[in-house]
Amino acid sequence: MAELYRRFGGGLSTIFVALVLMWLAGMVLAPNIMMVDYALRPNLPPAQIGGPNDVYSLDNVMYLANEAVHRSIFFKTIWASAFVAFATFVVCYPLAYWLAQHATPSQTAIALLALTIPFWINEVLRTLAWYIILAFRGPLNALLLSLGIIDEPMRWYGNGGVLAGMIYAYILFMLFPIYNAIESLEKAQIEAARDLGASTWRIHWRVVMPHAKAGIATGCVFTFMLAAGSYVAPALLGAPGSRWFTEIIYNWFFEGGDWNRGAAYALVLLVLCLVVVLVTLKLARVNLTDVAK
Amino acid sequence: MSHSVELHKVGMTFGATRAVGDVSFNVEGGEFFSILGPSGCGKTTILRMIAGFLQPTEGRITIGGKDMAGLGPNQRPTAMIFQSLALFPLMPVWENIAFGLEARGASKAERRSKADELLKLIALEGYGDRMPGELSGGQRQRVAIARALAVEPQVLLLDEPLSALDLKLRQHMRAELRALQKRTGVTFIYITHDQSEALAMSDRIAVMSAGVLQQVGAPRELYDNPATPFVATFVGETNVVAGKATAVEAGIATVETGLGTMRGRAGPGVAAGQAVRLYVRPEALVPGGKGDNTLSATVERIDFEGAFALAHGRLADGSAMVASISSTDLGGAPAIGGSATFGFDTRHAVVLPDG
Repeated sequence: MAELYRRFGGGLSTIFVALVLMWLAGMVLAPNIMMVDYALRPNLPPAQIGGPNDVYSLDNVMYLANEAVHRSIFFKTIWASAFVAFATFVVCYPLAYWLAQHATPSQTAIALLALTIPFWINEVLRTLAWYIILAFRGPLNALLLSLGIIDEPMRWYGNGGVLAGMIYAYILFMLFPIYNAIESLEKAQIEAARDLGASTWRIHWRVVMPHAKAGIATGCVFTFMLAAGSYVAPALLGAPGSRWFTEIIYNWFFEGGDWNRGAAYALVLLVLCLVVVLVTLKLARVNLTDVAK
Repeated sequence: MSHSVELHKVGMTFGATRAVGDVSFNVEGGEFFSILGPSGCGKTTILRMIAGFLQPTEGRITIGGKDMAGLGPNQRPTAMIFQSLALFPLMPVWENIAFGLEARGASKAERRSKADELLKLIALEGYGDRMPGELSGGQRQRVAIARALAVEPQVLLLDEPLSALDLKLRQHMRAELRALQKRTGVTFIYITHDQSEALAMSDRIAVMSAGVLQQVGAPRELYDNPATPFVATFVGETNVVAGKATAVEAGIATVETGLGTMRGRAGPGVAAGQAVRLYVRPEALVPGGKGDNTLSATVERIDFEGAFALAHGRLADGSAMVASISSTDLGGAPAIGGSATFGFDTRHAVVLPDG
């Protein structure tokens, strides 16, 4: 802060600081406070707002706790998001390792470009592409049928479709932190481990993964948060049996017309996500500031 | 008796670059063998081929009589000590040392006791639970050696492991490595670009230049009887005088030079009528001109080094000359700026073909 004032002078620095504070207050703090406020108040007709019935309570949260279907979708969203993070890790780790330790510079450049280009397109459109690929009369079924792997077209929408769409959407968020972490590993350590007789599996488990731990934790936390808060993939690629908690929140706001209950649901999701993230980081002994980097 | 290592016409080509060509030598079991050469001479490539990180594109490598073709580094009876040491920074010292045993499925108690035993061997008892980052350079060095010895290798491969240490520590570690090698009886193959290191530690040395093996021999032999001009100039300091051999008789070559006629021992391939160079060590040059041959030079400066002083001079043909004078003889040293005559014995000079 003192550095800022020294470099830009009092006037300009005060404007910078004021802008940042306004952003934090208006765009981050205020909506969250409003969400908490909404979540704790009952849904009342306009005439009764501010009246004797408008008191703070945990009724909206308790509604979720007592509603078996919503509760199970909530927990399913949590563990399914964890599974998405794990599956994305499984897909990205070998790729990240290859890019960081084996690929030539031009191979790395081409691979990273190929991975980045799809991200120039909007997430909704990318998910729509999967919607087309996975359609009942779509290209994936046509391919599998022509190869004789399946006799009947499969219905891919549902858990499988949501998983595929999410892994695809979050690859870069997992890949880059792990790639950065593995890239800083000295090749001689891998060679030393091999020279001492370690199997490929042991080299990764004992040498590469511990070194890349911060990157892996960062990637998993990113992916988990994005998956838990994802709306597009479950809405487009899901089926009635694979409902995501965000869809229920959406329904309270836009179909149920109960913003208070929707806000309470969103608050519970936020709190649980935070808990999962902090516990993960604690277990991996990674600081939140490392993740931010 | 630990295993011997034989290289038979080994070559390595990377794309269009021939890193190593036609190298053959035998390292005997229990020997301290160095491969000496400037950086880029192919010595690390040879070490990595013996370790199994590279498969030679030509020739054969056998260890203990067994052909190593197609075997990876984890299937060979070798262990390598890397230039950077490559200790695992996130494992405590004892787990580092026992990593090879862990890979072989040893129990934790077994690993710990072996690690403690090795820590004793390298005089770091009680350091097992520290992290590598908490150790000094010399201590890390010893841990790397212990880690390699833990798998009981037949051959230990060392890739310039002392290069990161300061001079005092390096000299100390030389003696320690040498003692450890004698105690364990393991075959050591040691890579270095530092000729004094190689001379001080090795039983035998292979000198490499530009991917080609120049000479294999005991330190004294390389120093006294270099077989090629490269060995003569790379191993130790030397003075060079160019000329033409007029006669070779009974192993003594007579050389006609611009500075007069001189005689020296004829190296391999020297024949009368050939363009040759005569090499004479600084310590063989005696001020005052005593000896079978003489060289006249203008003395430019005298650098006092402690045990000896180096007299730098210029010969009549303009080339540089250096003579080493023992500190105890400095009273009779030539004056700076003046002309002085240095003598040397025929048996102290070597004549090699020019090239």
